[in-house]
This record gives sequence, structure tokens and C-alpha cells, in this order.
Amino acid sequence: MGFENSLVTAFLLISALAASVFSGVPGLFMRGDLQRGQNFATALNIAGAVAGLLAVAGIFTTGTPIRIEFSWPMPFGPPVLIADPLSAVFLIPIFLISPLGAIYGEEYWPQIAHPENGRMLRFFYGLLTASVALIFLAGHWVLFLFGWEIMAIAAYFLVTTEDHDSEVRNAGWIYLVSTHTGTLAVLALVTALYHVTGTFAMTSLGPGIASSHTGTALILLAIVGFGFKAGIMPFHIWLPPAHSSAPSHVSAIMSGVLIKTGIYGLVRFFSLVPDPPLSWGGFLLALGLISGILGVAFALGQHDLKRLLAYHSIENIGIIVIGLGLGMAGRALDQPAWIALGFGGALLHVVNHALFKSLLFYGAGAVIHATGTREMDRLGGLLKLMPKTALAFLTGAVAICGLPPLNGFVSEWLIFVGLFDSVVSPWFWGAFAAPGLALIGALALACFVKAFGAVFLGTARSREASAAHEPGPWIRTPFLALGVICLVIGIAPFLVAPLLDQAVACVHPSADVLPALASLSVFPMISCFALALLILCAAFAWLFVPSRPTIPATVTWDCGYAAPTSRMQYTSSSFADGLVKLSRFALRPEEHRSRIEYFFERTASFSSHVPDFVLDLIILPSFHGAARIAAWSRWFQQGRVQIYLLYIAVTLIVLMAFV
Amino acid sequence: MNILIEILVLIFLPPLLPGLINRTKALIAGRKGPPVLQLYYDLAKLQRKKMVLSSTTSWIFFAGPVVTVAACFLAALFVPQGNLPAPVSFTGDVILFAYLLGLARFFTAAAALDTGSAFEGMGAAREVTFACLAEPALFFGLLVMARLSGELSLSPMLANPWSFGWSPGAAAALALVAAGWFVVLLVENCRVPFDDPNTHLELTMIHEVMVLDHSGPALGLILYGASLKFFVLGALLLRLLVPFSSGNAIGDIMIFLGSMTALAILTGIVESMMARLRLVAVPKILVAVTLVSAFALVLLVR
Repeated sequence: MGFENSLVTAFLLISALAASVFSGVPGLFMRGDLQRGQNFATALNIAGAVAGLLAVAGIFTTGTPIRIEFSWPMPFGPPVLIADPLSAVFLIPIFLISPLGAIYGEEYWPQIAHPENGRMLRFFYGLLTASVALIFLAGHWVLFLFGWEIMAIAAYFLVTTEDHDSEVRNAGWIYLVSTHTGTLAVLALVTALYHVTGTFAMTSLGPGIASSHTGTALILLAIVGFGFKAGIMPFHIWLPPAHSSAPSHVSAIMSGVLIKTGIYGLVRFFSLVPDPPLSWGGFLLALGLISGILGVAFALGQHDLKRLLAYHSIENIGIIVIGLGLGMAGRALDQPAWIALGFGGALLHVVNHALFKSLLFYGAGAVIHATGTREMDRLGGLLKLMPKTALAFLTGAVAICGLPPLNGFVSEWLIFVGLFDSVVSPWFWGAFAAPGLALIGALALACFVKAFGAVFLGTARSREASAAHEPGPWIRTPFLALGVICLVIGIAPFLVAPLLDQAVACVHPSADVLPALASLSVFPMISCFALALLILCAAFAWLFVPSRPTIPATVTWDCGYAAPTSRMQYTSSSFADGLVKLSRFALRPEEHRSRIEYFFERTASFSSHVPDFVLDLIILPSFHGAARIAAWSRWFQQGRVQIYLLYIAVTLIVLMAFV
Repeated sequence: MNILIEILVLIFLPPLLPGLINRTKALIAGRKGPPVLQLYYDLAKLQRKKMVLSSTTSWIFFAGPVVTVAACFLAALFVPQGNLPAPVSFTGDVILFAYLLGLARFFTAAAALDTGSAFEGMGAAREVTFACLAEPALFFGLLVMARLSGELSLSPMLANPWSFGWSPGAAAALALVAAGWFVVLLVENCRVPFDDPNTHLELTMIHEVMVLDHSGPALGLILYGASLKFFVLGALLLRLLVPFSSGNAIGDIMIFLGSMTALAILTGIVESMMARLRLVAVPKILVAVTLVSAFALVLLVR
């Protein structure tokens, strides 16, 4: 029975990978002005995802790792796929978000409207889906790297879909440089692991290695390599431009799933370390806090809706890394509860972030689709024109702030309980992360009140915004699916807890000592309170909100002003101004204003901008400096044959003198 | 039985507190002042009124008051009333407590932005800004209590705060936490010196300006929610200040009601003695309070 089960699961996994890879291929050979190729790709994508999700269910029911080995002669050994519950947890988001994105794309990026790049987009979309799944399944480091590189390239072409725009090409370059810098570190990590273990298979390190200098080198390489992909500060530089330049359903899969490959790499690496030293946990906690707090602080300073969401990915990666840090500290100190809560919370947050961040990007995409702008200060009042989009965005916003009764609360709550648990233990450093996490939550709340308020509430600030319209069913289906899943996980977290237990058990070698999450946390109470909240709100709304206002509606009172206009509203920039000014030391906001010299100045202007600290203030200036130094070497290129002959002669004479 | 009493106190007592504060302020200022039960009369009156609605607003405008009262009421279930344990208690309820208050803040601020008014936007911006600075102070305090009691649930955590020995570290930490939470109480409830509940001069204030456009039953919900929030955070603080027990439930509830009255009067006295701070000074004080609370934790764990 078990064998047959795993055979079916293996078959399903392979077909899921194959269907995803080939989903975009038939369209390449079809006419660019017809919709048929796209429909075919979407159907294949959905079929692959259904197979993948069934396989995930199979992995969880079997419980034991499923090993698929191909007896192909390959340079570094035959490719091996291993599907264990840890892989399965990461496979859930890719097989959920990928088909929803394809469905969304039917309306957001239809082939007939984009004959020039629609086919390329779908080809690389399928390739990205399959390569991400391959990374989660690889049982062999070389296969892992293979998937890693395909993913990097596929994502590059997805980011640069609109390559006629120079801003998009720039974002693509920044992404390509960062991802390859990261790959370099991952390559070094894999080589070092080979050096230590003597094999490219994913096998455990020997005892004692982690605490040695080799271990320190390994963790640093892992954090740089995987941190570039995950977007841990200060390796986050590619995220904001790439996420804001890509089409929205691509931003969703990149932010929701692609960056999680970095987290997966870290977790998989940790699972191979039998005895991590305590310093790793502390280091991860500090790193997570920096990423979380600075990520959300930079998000507050943004005017571009998609850039804002991209910075929130950095924040959420920070929260996940805090959870990992707690879990690693728990492994070092032999605290099973911290392992379960830290890793369990982090893994659940991986799934949750994929859900609500995709929901937010889909909502942002619908807004961009309807108005043609990403500038929050040009939007406003969209709730009345696009009520369903507004509800979807609001759901995502409440979830990402970690507020009950939605899913974001559950994962943050698990991490919080673990952090509070550390204050009553001798190693209390985890406790100092709890107020930091609370600060992250409060800042995220400020940021999403700002984003939701500026885009959907009040009145329209531009003509485009007042002409917006609700999207069609293709875009609304993903809204509904993701919103419902967010609510279900928020109300019934006990449904996912056993799956998390299985995945956490893959991380710790002596898994039998780990307590079940359900025994550590009172999931039924969370469910009760989430339901009670919904019921109370409904009851109060029924009691106190009139079905029909009996006094005719007027303008906003505004302290008695008779004719308020949309330009008098608080903008998103002014809303965030206080917090941006308070964190001036890190954000370094820039303001440009024209000087006002007369009483009745005809024109005046003001603009503010928060540059990315790492990219705009450190990396770009140093790259420009390097380019300037390199430019001096042009002096040698005189373009005359005689000069080059002279160089050769001089080199030969110098060599003769020394060798 | 106790739980029933607590829930009844929770539902019916809060509107008394603003009345007490206002009466105290009036007496100190040499006025007679409105009746102590004024807020009950106001709530009854507002419930019968019709609403004036701006054509700019949407359903979010109602979600503000509705979610605020629902979330504050649920959060209140975790807070012990004096020596009586809280109606509900489970591991990690402290986080749910804080995040339910966060949910209330989210929808109050969103409802303010829904009116499209500059004033209300300004109030919402200030509310979320100051909350960011007050939140870590609250959490440092909760961590101190967790460390002292070894509990991760709000009610047992606060069950007997002064029983952990009079070691200088613990006593100093508790005093610092009590001071920090008093400031959090004043900030979160928008009292002087951080906010002035009596003015709606939009340039000087935070909470009142967010609800300028609400009227009728919605305004009633907001006023009730505000008093509930004062009650919740006040009860939290009172566990530290008045750790007495009489030995029976009736006595305990009497002590609790008496100390809550005293807290309201104390707030009134603070409001009468102090002027409102300049707005730029508020973040500085809040950061200082957070650091003081962090210091309390350091004292304990060192």
C-alpha cells in the first residue's frame, strides 16, 4: 500500500513538473493574435498544479520521504528527487499561486492585447513554476543549483517582459547582477559542502563541524547566497525595482514563492546540520529584526503601490528569519518547544505570506489595470468603483498586518509565543525580539492603513482614478480563492498544524522529542475568538448601522468647510510623513521644493522620495566609482598596431627578466 | 458566577469612567461639571438619533466603530479585574490581546480616511504613528511580567505581581513597568498630556479629530469603545498598582471598582495639572518610555 502510494505520488510530481514546463510551449507555435495558446497554457498550468497538490497530499499522508532516482549518467551523479513534508510545505504555495496567476493573466495580460510578449511571458512563467518546484524537490545539490539557475534566468525574462521601458531594463539588470552574486555564494556553499561531506547528495554534516571555522564559513555563505534570493537586508536591493516592474501576476509569484526558495535553501541547509551552535540562532534573530523593521520602514516611504508591497516582502522575510532564529536557538539549547514554535511559525508564515502577498499584488494589479497608474497619490476613492477589489485588498492588508481573524495572525502568534517562552528561560535574548516584532506589526499596520486609505478610500485624486472599473471574473476568481484560504487558516489553524508538525520534524534530527504544535498552542481558542470577532462585528453592524440613512447624504463636514475637494485629502505621503521623519537616520528621505519668493507665486512644487539606502547610497556610487577607475585602462587602447607590438615586446622582456 | 459578574462589570461600568474624569476636572477647575452618568445619557440619546452621512463615505466608515467595540470587548475578556482572574485565559493570549487592540486601531484609522477629510487623515496618521512607539513599551512590560511569573497568559501573569519577593531588581522593574503602562494608558486613550479629548481643534489633537464625521449610533459606539479601552488598559495597570486581595469575591470586586474609580480620578487630576505637550514632544517621550521599559527587562534578566 505504502509503496503504491509513493509510486502514485512520484508519478503525480513528475507530471506536475512536466505540465508546468510545457505549459507555455504550444503557445510559442501558435499565432500571436489569437487567444488559444494562452487558454491552452492556463489549462496545462492548472492541470499541473492539481497533480502537484494531489502529490503534496500524498506526501503528507505517507509521511515518509519519497525518493525518485533517475538512472541517467550525469556528470555529478544521477539526478535524485526527494519529496519529504518539508518540501511539501514549500510546494503548496507554488502549486496554489502559479495556476491562480495563470487564471489572473487571462484578463490581466491577454495574448490579444500583448501579441509581442505574451507568448514569451507564458513560456517563462511555466519554466519558473517548474524550476521552483524542482528546487524544492532536489535531493542533490547539483540538481538544486540546476533548478536555481533556470529559475534565475526565467525570472529575469519575466521581470523584463516590458523591455521597451528603460526603467524595466534597469530593474532587470539589477536583478540579474544580484541573483548571480547570490548564486556565486550558493555555488561556493555547495562546493564547500562537497569538500566537507565528500558527496553532492544532501547528507548531514559530521558532528562538530558546525562549531568550527568551516561551519562559520558555511553559515555565512548560506546567508549571503540564500539571503540574496530571499531579500534579507542588506541583500534585498533587487526586490523593489523587480517587483514593481514585472506584470502583477509575476510580481505575485516572485514575491509569494520565488523569494521563498532562499528560505527553503536556508531551512534545508539547517536540517543537514546536526549540532548548530547557539550563535547561529542569535545571528538569525538579529538579521530578521533588521530586515523586518527596516523593510517596513522603507515601505512607509514609498509612493508606488507595488514598490511598497515589495518592501513588505523584505519585512515578512524578516519575520520568517526571526522564526528560524528562534528555532535554531532552540536546537542549540535543546528546547523542543522553541523548535516547534519557531520553525512551525516560520514555515506557516512562508505559506501565509504567499497567500496574502499574492492577494495584495493581484489587488494592486487590478487597480493598475483599471487606472493605469501605480502612484498612490493619484488614486483614491476606488472602493466605490471596485468594491470587490477593495474587499480583496483589505483582506490581504489585515492579514499581512498579522491581525486576527486572518492567517497572518496565526503564524506571527506562534513565533510570538516562542519568543515569550524564551524570556522565562536562562537564554533570554529571544525575548528582546518580541517588542521588535510588535514594532514591525504596528509599522505594518500604519503602512497598510496608508496604502488602503490612499488607494481605496476618500475621493479620486485624478481623472484616471475616477474612471476606474471593477475587473472581470478571471481576475476576481483568484481574489475569492486566496481570500477564502486566508480566512480558513485564520479561523481553523488546527487544520494546518499537523502538516507543520511533519515538516518541522524534517528539520530536527531527533524529531521524536518535538512536541506537536497543537499541544503547545491553544488553536481551539484562536478559532473561538476569530469566530466570536466575526459574529460580534456582524451583530453590532446589524444593531447599530441603519439599513437606510434617513438624512440625505451631504459633503464631508470637515469642520464646516462647504466645498471640500479631493486635493484637500491627506495623501499617502503626508500620512507616512511623521514616521518617515522619525526614522530619518535610516531612510534618508529627500525633499525637493521650489523656492517661494512672492506672495502670489504662480507655480510651486514639492516632491519627496525615499531612496534605497543600500542600492542608491552604497552600491550604485561604488559601482560608478569602479567604472571610473576602470575607464582609466582605456588609455592603453591606443588603436595603433605599433603600440600593441610594443606592449608585447615589453611583456616578453619583463617575463624574460623574471622567469 | 464570578465570570458573569465580570462580564456585567465589563459591559456596564466603562461609560462611568469618562464621567468621573470630567467631574474631577470640573471640580478642580471650580465648576460644577456634568453629571457623572452623563455618558450613559449621551449613549441613550445617540442611539435614538439619525445619522448624517457624507457622500464620500462607504461601509468602512461603519466598520471603524463596529470593529473597535467588538475587538476591545474581546480583548477585555483576557484582563483580570482586580484579584478576580480574567474570564478567559490561555497560553499566548497576551498577543491576541495586543493584536485585537491593533485591529481596532486599523479600522478606526481606515474609517477616518474614508471621509476624505484632511483633518481626519491627520488624526489617523498621528494615531498610527504614536501607536508604533507605544506598542514596544507595552510588550516590554508584558515580557517583564512573563519573566517574573513564568506564565505566558495574561491573567496568571498578573495574578500576584508583588509576590515575587522584594528583590530590588524586581521591585524596580515593576515600578518602571507601572510607569510605562501609565503612559501607554494615557497615549492609547488620548488623554492629556498627549491629546486633549475636550477640543476638536484639529491641529492639536488625535483621537477626536478622527471621529469628527461620525454621528448618531456610530458616534455612540465610538464613545463606548473609547471608555471600554480605558477600562481595559486601566485594569491592566491596576493589577500592578493595587495588588490587594480581600479573600472573597465580593470584596475583591469592591476593591477593583474602588481602585478603578481612583484611577479615573487620578487621570482627571493629571489632566487638570498638566498642559498638553507640543506634538513634536510626544514621540520623544514615547521613545523614552519604551527605553525605560526595556531597562526594566534588562534589570530582571541581567
